[in-house]
Amino acid sequence: MADDDRSVEETGRPAGDDDGAETEGKRGPLGKWTRRAFIGTGALAGGGLVLGVGGVVFAPNRMRIGPESEGGTGQLTTWIKITPDNDVIVSIPHCEMGQGALTGIAMMMAEELEADWSLVRIEESPPEDHFANGYIVRAFVDETGFSVPGWFQRAFDYASYKAMDVAGMQVTGGSTSTRGTGQYGLRVAGAAAKEMLLQAAAATFDAPLSELTARDSRITHGPSGRSATFGELATLAATMKVPNDPVMKPRDQYRLVGTSQNRHDIPSKVAGAAQYGIDVTLPDMLYAAIAASPVPGGQLSEVDEAPATSMAGVHEVVRLTEAVAVVADGYWQASQALAALTPRFTDDGRGTANTESIYAAHVAALDEKGPGQPSRDAAKTVSVEYRVPYLAHATMEPMSATARIANGRCEVWAGTQDPLNARRTAARAADLDVSDVVMHNQQLGGGFGRRLPFTFDYIEQAVHVAKSVSPRPVKLIWSREEDMQHDYYRPFVVARLRTDLDAEGRPLSWASRFTGSRLADGGAARPPYEIDDIDVSAAAPPVHLRTGSWRSVQYSQHGFFVESFIDELAHEAGRDPVEYRAALLSHEPRHLAALQRAADMADWGGPLAEGRGRGIAIVEAFGTIVAEVAEVSVEADNSIRVHRFDAAVDCGLVVNPQQALAQIQGGITFGLSAALYHEITVRNGAVEQRSFPDYPMIQLSNAPRVNVEFIASDAAIGGLGEPGVPPVAPAVANAVFALTGQRLRTLPLRLA
Amino acid sequence: MIDFTLNGIPTRLDVADGTPLLWAIREQAALTGTKFGCGIGACGACTVHLDGVAVRSCVTPVESVAGRSVTTIEGLAPAGGLHPVQEAWIEDQVPQCGYCQSGVIMAVAALLEQDPAPSDEVLEATITNICRCGTYERIRGAIRSLAETTEP
Repeated sequence: MADDDRSVEETGRPAGDDDGAETEGKRGPLGKWTRRAFIGTGALAGGGLVLGVGGVVFAPNRMRIGPESEGGTGQLTTWIKITPDNDVIVSIPHCEMGQGALTGIAMMMAEELEADWSLVRIEESPPEDHFANGYIVRAFVDETGFSVPGWFQRAFDYASYKAMDVAGMQVTGGSTSTRGTGQYGLRVAGAAAKEMLLQAAAATFDAPLSELTARDSRITHGPSGRSATFGELATLAATMKVPNDPVMKPRDQYRLVGTSQNRHDIPSKVAGAAQYGIDVTLPDMLYAAIAASPVPGGQLSEVDEAPATSMAGVHEVVRLTEAVAVVADGYWQASQALAALTPRFTDDGRGTANTESIYAAHVAALDEKGPGQPSRDAAKTVSVEYRVPYLAHATMEPMSATARIANGRCEVWAGTQDPLNARRTAARAADLDVSDVVMHNQQLGGGFGRRLPFTFDYIEQAVHVAKSVSPRPVKLIWSREEDMQHDYYRPFVVARLRTDLDAEGRPLSWASRFTGSRLADGGAARPPYEIDDIDVSAAAPPVHLRTGSWRSVQYSQHGFFVESFIDELAHEAGRDPVEYRAALLSHEPRHLAALQRAADMADWGGPLAEGRGRGIAIVEAFGTIVAEVAEVSVEADNSIRVHRFDAAVDCGLVVNPQQALAQIQGGITFGLSAALYHEITVRNGAVEQRSFPDYPMIQLSNAPRVNVEFIASDAAIGGLGEPGVPPVAPAVANAVFALTGQRLRTLPLRLA
Repeated sequence: MIDFTLNGIPTRLDVADGTPLLWAIREQAALTGTKFGCGIGACGACTVHLDGVAVRSCVTPVESVAGRSVTTIEGLAPAGGLHPVQEAWIEDQVPQCGYCQSGVIMAVAALLEQDPAPSDEVLEATITNICRCGTYERIRGAIRSLAETTEP
């Protein structure tokens, strides 16, 4: 993951800034660590408070995070500024791609700070090293069920911050922003800032802390009635001791978290004013269109440039290793000139691959694994094969990046899910030091995993093209067809599931053998059900198309396998699918509650209109449990139509209910397009699909009505960007089975 | 050279015939609220009004708008103000990533101008924009609330 081994001294923080008296606190069990600067403070130029959380101070002190002494910007590691005019400015190291996380995280901060929400302003952190976001690692750890011991948590946060920092990541993905950065970062910072403001008020009013109340960005001394705004107290507060362990509010005292608040980014989006990567416009800018090798791994072998260079407005044909680009005064001219070219590419020996040969390779890899041992007491064995195709992300904004190389420096403008990694990618492509590269992250016209780190081919290309036209800036725009055919696809997966049933139809064992990685996918492949003998194993087939993370990642495939197969077993046992699952979930009360709630919402077992069927599925992913019921019919042309979804969600804490709802609604629609329509196929080594007509999307006319309920829970906070997706395909497939008796084990779902 | 009215302003752009209106708007007129999604008129992200009618600008040759009136998302409401559809979009918190929403808003505004309370059939046949984030539930809800406010 780390592509270099920069030492701490090279990250822009001073090597010897160990003002020991300030940060050398008590020593914990590790002997050499201190918690003092886990939260750090500083004065804002012109007065005010800056408070940041960057991780724990870890001895030796020179590795300290929190460059108070760094260059006088007044910005600490990240996160909260309180200005003298009483604004609270919160800087959040995540990108906004419609998931609403920035607003939610700011709400968590404001809740603990007791800030007036109308005075809170949200900023996206710039892609600089000290905004690396290690807190999301904690979210992943929580998800695995491994809890970090209390005494080690701060050291752990520091280590994960350092891992992110050294790897150069400021990533938004894995449904982690709110439950990571919000829960462990800004919430804590908000509480610490409030305590420091209270200390400042105590000094100002010469009153005991117990007589002071913070509320709505003001601290009031009850007995005297005196009060002061946060802004008036901020400069003094900045001199107060930073609390090691600020007291957090219990959830039942929340006043802001749990109420629906408008997202900060929506007004500019409805006005058409929001600037996405593709909208960046610079003086003297050129435009580029590009065509990369249709077969993955292929390289440009020859191209006659004349047809393009003779066209009006065309500046240059740029030959890249794997692609040819045309630079022109405008994008239309560039794309027309590109279309006039007939470039030839090598195929890396992969030009004969097709979907059938890819499937055969997966089957062969599974065959090598051999069958498992049957249980001795089995009354019956059920053994089936499932398959899911490659999928494209198809973000509405095609890949795009603008780059300028001038005076030994490189600047890049693009919407990414990880601007720090994007900057590093650009530096490598430009052959410059990272410190000579400036990344300007923009709004994202959809991410869904396509704009994650290590998938920044479009940025590499833009930088290479910029070299050719230096010092002029150039905006590279992928056509929809280029985007569809050069994705990092959701992996193609074949899975063999097998179970041994006892005489009552209960599973004695569960074996899942699938293509992929046991390490990465094994958790998702394990059913939540009470089964003694669960065995998941993986075989790694040769990979044809390059793959990446696709909204809900491994859960999107394994949710389909697990929840379809358990449904098969229910019918095998002659039992109701809800009742059958419930009988195997007595050890998982949160699952059980979600399952029952979704069934109740859908009137499970109640009468259905003629020609309708219901199916249910439940998947836990990213710390959140979602149960969904789909109601389907079969149209005259034998296509499947989904009329209604009912979803019950347990994500622990709902921060911003209207946005939580939007994420589940959106996740269901996203999952439904894939379940019903999406399939990336390969012919002669290349992707066959080109655009929306052959990779169709759910539209208003066929979008189901979606009902969502959140289950009040005191469980740890879970993610919401992705967990709505995995139950969709199995719920629909199970409904189709209930209606037609056809068990569809391949996506997309197509009736025979 | 093409002369037309853009957001109420007489405009002359030096752009070759055959160029889609989309690129003339985005690059020559520097109005980037109108989005490129597919280039084949399939997704609706590029929707603008041509003499009040919603059209997909990525498949509208620029010469075909000569002498006519084009409105983009930037010109839907008077400067600094919001069109009722935009207000409803904020009220109902419709957008997620927001990239498709300029086009959706333009399509809905044109529809409601003609038919303030469209039936489901009309709505579903007319608003065929693709939203990858899946905001359809809120699009429908916002349109319904707009339709209610215009009913007698």
